Amino acid sequence: MSDAVRTLRVHRFKRGDDAPRVEEHLVPAHEGTTVLEALRWIQLQEDPTLGLRHSCFHASCGTCGVRVNGRERLACVTRLSDVEGAVIVDPIANLPVLHDLVVDMAAFVARFPQPHPIVRESEFLPESSPADGIDDHERYEDCIECGLCLSACPVAATDDTYVGPAALAYAQRMIEESRGGDREALLHWADQDAGAWRCHAAFECTEACPSDVRPAQRIMALRRELRGRRTDHDRAVPDRPATVTGASA
Amino acid sequence: MSERSPRQGRDAGVDEILEGRREPGPVARKLPGPVAWFDIRGRSTGHLAFSLNRITGLGLVFYLYLHLLVLSTLLRGEGSWNGFLEIATTPLFLGFDVLLVFGLLVHGLNGTRLALVGSGFVPNRQKALFWSFMIFGAIVLVYTAIHVFGSEG
Repeated sequence: MSDAVRTLRVHRFKRGDDAPRVEEHLVPAHEGTTVLEALRWIQLQEDPTLGLRHSCFHASCGTCGVRVNGRERLACVTRLSDVEGAVIVDPIANLPVLHDLVVDMAAFVARFPQPHPIVRESEFLPESSPADGIDDHERYEDCIECGLCLSACPVAATDDTYVGPAALAYAQRMIEESRGGDREALLHWADQDAGAWRCHAAFECTEACPSDVRPAQRIMALRRELRGRRTDHDRAVPDRPATVTGASA
Repeated sequence: MSERSPRQGRDAGVDEILEGRREPGPVARKLPGPVAWFDIRGRSTGHLAFSLNRITGLGLVFYLYLHLLVLSTLLRGEGSWNGFLEIATTPLFLGFDVLLVFGLLVHGLNGTRLALVGSGFVPNRQKALFWSFMIFGAIVLVYTAIHVFGSEG
C-alpha cells in the first residue's frame, strides 16, 4: 500500500531524436521504495518504452547506475525517501547514451587495460586452509564496473581521452596483486598523459563508488609506484607490450 | 512458391532506421564543457578544492597578463607610472590586492596539498589537509588584509 505520491523526472532519449527531453511521472511510493522500483513501476504501468538497465536489485551487479538529483547512485539501493523534492533521474555522465537511462558501457570497458581478470585470491585467515576438493579460495574484485566513478569525475567531464578512475584503480589492483600479469606493462600503460597523471585529485570517484574500491586512493598509490619507477628508470622503458591494451593518450 | 527471408519481408527504410540506431547517442554531460568543473552542488570537499584551484588558477593567469600590462605603463614615462600609483593606493585597488593574496594562498596551499596527496604520501587525509591549509590560509589572509589596509594613506 502506498503512502505517498512522488514526482519522478526522467531523462528520455532515443537514437535518432534531435535532443533529450524530460518526462514527468507521478509514482506511488512508501518508505522503502527505491528509485529502481519507481522506474520499474513507470515501465510496467505507464510507459513500457522507458529504457533502463538492471539485474540483481542488491548493488552487486552495478548495472543500474544513474544520476539521482545530480549525484551518482545505484538505483536499486537508493530510496526515494532519501531524496528531497522531485526525483530527477539522468543517465550516468561522460558515456554515450544509447536509450533513455542506458549508456554504452562498451565505451567504459574499452578504457581498461587488457587482459582484464575479475577473479582474485580471497582474503582468508592465514591459518585456514581450503576445504577438500578446493584448490584455493577465490572471490570477485570489489569493482562492479558500474561507471559511477567516471560519471562523477570532473576531469572526465571535459576529457574523453582520460582512461578514468575505474581503469586506473583496476591497474593498481593488478600491480598490487599481479596474479602473473605483466606489472611493468601495466605501469607503462598507466604512465601516460591520459592515465594516472590526468587525475586532479577531486576524489569524487571515491565519494561515488558504491563498492568501497576507493579509486582515488588507488590512483595516488599508482602514482607513487610510477614516481619510484621514473626515478629508477628515468622513463627508459621499451615500447608498450602488445599484451596490454586500452585507451591511450 | 518462393521463399523469402525475414529481412526481405521488411518495409523499405527499416534497415536504414536500424543502422541509425546502431550508432551511440551523444555523450551525457552534467553541464556543458568546463562549467561542470565549477558545479559543486551536492559534491564533496575534494570537488570544492578542485573548483577553487581552477578558479584561482585562471584568476592568477589573468593577473599575470594584467601585471605585465600595468608594468608596461613605465614605457610611457614617469608621469604615467605615478598616475597608476595614485590609483593603486585607492581602497578598491587595495581590495584587489587582498583578492590576489586570497588567490595565491588558495592555489599555493591547495597545490601543496595536491602534491602531498597526489604523490601518495597522505591519500587518506585529503579532506583534513584541505581544511587545515584553508584555516591557515584564512589566518594569513586576515593578517595581510589588516596590513594592506593599515598601510593606506
